[in-house]
Amino acid sequence: MTKRRRITLGNLLAWFFLILTTVISLFPMYWLFVNALTPIYSSPPLTPILWPAFKLDNIERLLTQGSPYYLRWMLNSVLIAIAVTAWHMVFDSMAGYAFAKRRFPGREVLFWMILSTLMIPPQVTLIPLYLITQNIGLLDTPLAVILPGTAAAFGIFLMRQYIQTLPSELIEAARIDGCSEPRIFFSIILPLCKPAVAALAIFSFVRVWNDFLWPLIAIIKPANYTLTVGIANMQGEFMTDYGILFAAAALAALPMIAFFLLFQKYFLEGVRMGAVKG
Amino acid sequence: MQRFMYKYGWSYAFVLPSMATFTIFVLFPVLWAFVISFQDYSIVRGGTWVEPWYDNYVRAFTQQRGVFVIAIRNTLYYSFFTVVANIFIGLALASLIQPLANWLRTFYRSAYYLPAVTSAIVIGMTWSYIFNAQWGFANWLIGLFGFPPVRWLSDPNLALSSVTLSAVLTMPATAVVLFSAAMGSVPREYYEAAELDGAGPVQRWWNITLPLIKSTTLYLTVLYTIASFEVFERIYVMAPSGVGNSTQTIVMQIYQNAFHQFKFGIASAQAFVLFVMVAVLAVIQFRGLRSDVEY
Repeated sequence: MTKRRRITLGNLLAWFFLILTTVISLFPMYWLFVNALTPIYSSPPLTPILWPAFKLDNIERLLTQGSPYYLRWMLNSVLIAIAVTAWHMVFDSMAGYAFAKRRFPGREVLFWMILSTLMIPPQVTLIPLYLITQNIGLLDTPLAVILPGTAAAFGIFLMRQYIQTLPSELIEAARIDGCSEPRIFFSIILPLCKPAVAALAIFSFVRVWNDFLWPLIAIIKPANYTLTVGIANMQGEFMTDYGILFAAAALAALPMIAFFLLFQKYFLEGVRMGAVKG
Repeated sequence: MQRFMYKYGWSYAFVLPSMATFTIFVLFPVLWAFVISFQDYSIVRGGTWVEPWYDNYVRAFTQQRGVFVIAIRNTLYYSFFTVVANIFIGLALASLIQPLANWLRTFYRSAYYLPAVTSAIVIGMTWSYIFNAQWGFANWLIGLFGFPPVRWLSDPNLALSSVTLSAVLTMPATAVVLFSAAMGSVPREYYEAAELDGAGPVQRWWNITLPLIKSTTLYLTVLYTIASFEVFERIYVMAPSGVGNSTQTIVMQIYQNAFHQFKFGIASAQAFVLFVMVAVLAVIQFRGLRSDVEY
């Protein structure tokens, strides 16, 4: 049933609204990159720059005079995000599988316990986490950020939802054939979960990469900062050299933007699976 | 015992790693934070109980001339406008892209989603430059219409509203994606039947779409409210000095009391006030979802 599109006032208003919101949505990022790619040595000019000069002066100055640690922060963030993501890919799938397909005493209680932690504001646990990491001597190390990052409920929830839709007969058949329990999980369940694991990996990576409050508390020496903590601190330090600040923010945003453009499909699919807030 | 382990051993082995980290890094810390909220805690001496037992909860609200009350008020102001804007803009955008071709829908969803993958710190920094009083884009833009420059982030009467405005203008990506998914799953026949009965597009939207996506609306409202109750990064980079107390928020207070002043007891009490606020919302959502229409 195709109807010929008539141009009505309503249609025009709708298009106007869609285009306006797209511009508003993308403009801040665009402006950030335009300024980062135009040499600025103190404050930007009074008439805003709207078209980039495509020069890398700011970025060069960021890496030479800005912060000696900038690339180090990026590396710290990558390592922490990979470690936490790897944990979730393996152990969330395992727990999700047990909660979805296996019967054992306490299953419901344990699952609801994990699910109810979604409701706890992360700010509640900051002080005890600080005391714990300090006591076991992990304060100011990457592990202080990695370990608490492994306790996130959404992955287990996502994997359970997904694995529930897989046919149980597969598992029964494998068991009758004498397949060991770990093998059932690793060679039958896990390969079938690729889309869910992909969504989980992407969201976990983004969440850890963007995390701020806990790393701000847990990391003390500038060399150990994560990228978000590092650039937030630079803001106070370079109040008069905005070229460096624009470059620092733009370069920090770049990996996630590239990541999103590459895995767009999984992102939008993942949100639909009910994975994250954003 | 042996039979029990043979039957259930692998199940427990599969959930053990996750349960261990949850116990150590969430459940135990929450309980400990609850204990600390009734204590005077110092890193050197440990905790001692306060007298009377609820003293930290009183001082949470009264210390520093009641700045926590201001922080709650500011948080509610920020949350109200952000949530209302997010839900209405999300609903409008999802409705408008619904009839479009597939590739256009994907394009718009991606355009709205892109800023959501960028960290709140980068977004906040960018907005703080847009709102810069000397050379910011916002002042240039309103200057085109003849308005005088505004001190967006340094005027105490304006700073909180500027931060709120920046959040309102960040498109509600999750809402657009979830609303579109919900609208896509409404059975076609409903619309066809309504069309045969002579209902126009607006009537169909109002009488069919809206009631059937009610649970998504509720879910998103709770999600966005909780997220804005917990606002921190945006404030931290856009108004680091606090501009008097005008941009104090709940989490800002918890952070400062805990890690600048080291008043762990009071900060924990304030964290549990936030917990209760979030829990009330979660209960409302749970109740609302239970009484939901099935189709």
